[in-house]
Amino acid sequence: CAVGILDVDLCGPSIPRMLSVGKPEVHQCDAGWVPVYADPQQKLAIMSIGFLLEDSDEAVIWRGPKKTALIGQFVSDVAWGELDILLVDTPPGTSDEHLAVLENLRKHRVDGAVLVTTPQAVSTGDVRREITFCKKTAVKILGIVENMSGFVCPHCSECSNVFSKGGGEELAKLTGSVFLGSVPLDPLLTATLEEGRDFLQAFPESSTYTAISQIVNTVLSSLDA
Amino acid sequence: MADVPNDAPEHCPGTSSDQAGKSSACQGCPNQNICASGAAKAPDPAIEEIRQKLTSVKHKILVLSGKGGVGKSTFSAHLSHALASDDSKEIALLDVDICGPSIPKIMGLEGEQVHQSGSGWSPVYVEDNLAVMSIGFLLSSPDDAVIWRGPKKNGMIKQFLRDVDWGEVDYLIVDTPPGTSDEHLSIVQYLSGAGIDGAVIITTPQEVSLQDVRKEIRFCKKVKIPVIGVIENMSGFVCPKCKNTSQIFPPTTGGAQRMCEELNLPLLGRVPLDPRIGRSCDEGRSFLTEVPDSPAAVAYQNIVQICHRRKVSVH
Repeated sequence: CAVGILDVDLCGPSIPRMLSVGKPEVHQCDAGWVPVYADPQQKLAIMSIGFLLEDSDEAVIWRGPKKTALIGQFVSDVAWGELDILLVDTPPGTSDEHLAVLENLRKHRVDGAVLVTTPQAVSTGDVRREITFCKKTAVKILGIVENMSGFVCPHCSECSNVFSKGGGEELAKLTGSVFLGSVPLDPLLTATLEEGRDFLQAFPESSTYTAISQIVNTVLSSLDA
Repeated sequence: MADVPNDAPEHCPGTSSDQAGKSSACQGCPNQNICASGAAKAPDPAIEEIRQKLTSVKHKILVLSGKGGVGKSTFSAHLSHALASDDSKEIALLDVDICGPSIPKIMGLEGEQVHQSGSGWSPVYVEDNLAVMSIGFLLSSPDDAVIWRGPKKNGMIKQFLRDVDWGEVDYLIVDTPPGTSDEHLSIVQYLSGAGIDGAVIITTPQEVSLQDVRKEIRFCKKVKIPVIGVIENMSGFVCPKCKNTSQIFPPTTGGAQRMCEELNLPLLGRVPLDPRIGRSCDEGRSFLTEVPDSPAAVAYQNIVQICHRRKVSVH
């Protein structure tokens, strides 16, 4: 499966670090910008503003129109090649970045959106508005993921609901959306993301892996349907 | 001229933008020539109006982060509660997260509406001495989405600063969304006459957060906002059963402490994860009064004391 990840969080691009691609240069070819590949087989292509900054601490202090323009380029001018799936990671909100991505992807097909929430009401309160955004822009909601859902103490196995529990599932019911599943808080997951390691390779036995895999499989089957 | 005039086309870049009059969206706009000539970029008269309006506000503090979900709104709300616990002080909390306004819920003010009077919009009072303003109060349903581009968000922020009747205020706390974009530039621009005392920066311990927070600190330097200090939130979790501490968000690159040492900034404190914080926020109550003995509440109170003392620090 050939996958592309487009990171449109221009102010806070986290994808390059999480996929351990460092600070490669972005080259041009006849077909446009060449994406950065996370793997030698070139099955995982990435584009992020993180690759375009000389200094990774440099702030991207741009107003909406400039962000909109770059996102347009990311969609149209990157030579993605043949992809099975293009994933777009977005910042929080319902503003320039989200509108820009949709406007530029309209000419292609947008299969839908996966919405991520944490369990507590302060989070689902904002995600309700994101659901409205999807409905208003005719983006199909593939489902809702409840992230950071409970923490199992590695010392005694006691489960603590650090950010409450169940809000994602309730939100799905309330809004008639598919509940894709819960992912627990897992220090192994956060540590591997810090190091840019592949969590699924490193900890295939973990219940977090099972949770994520199930969600992925559900999303993929809804795409085939 | 208004940042987005009423007769502007849909993709108007804003009259104060570098692209004013020059962008492709400007074709056919009746204001195109004015914008292209630079006449529209004269200082926005609102800046002086806001300066005058806010002469009754003694201190203005921004709460910033480069990263989402680190606890800015939680901190802004509880900083406001803590400052308001002194009855002799008047506190105001302004929520400029236009797309994701959390402050009404955290302050227990969901469903409240804003009233207009001759002297402007009245903020919503949660205590006699604690006033709150958020776009949340202008939305009629919890499902309403604010699908606005930058220029429209900027216009709202200008109104919040110019048209709200804040009255005599000792501290105005401004809660922001994550990032370094329209909302942040507008707050700085519109308060350029009135002045900003400083910013408190919130992070979680891991590099994925610090990476974005360093950018926020650069933003502060660029727009000349003093940084009062940094708070490391979600700093460790103590299991209620076995009392062992887990680093759920591990400080793999030294956490906020190392970053503060490198950037010569004060670390105001570390706040541990506590499920009761989220619960209090969901219920619209202050966890400082709900669970005052919790390590998190103690950490918060210490941080508030330090902010109070450092309010005019220069970094």
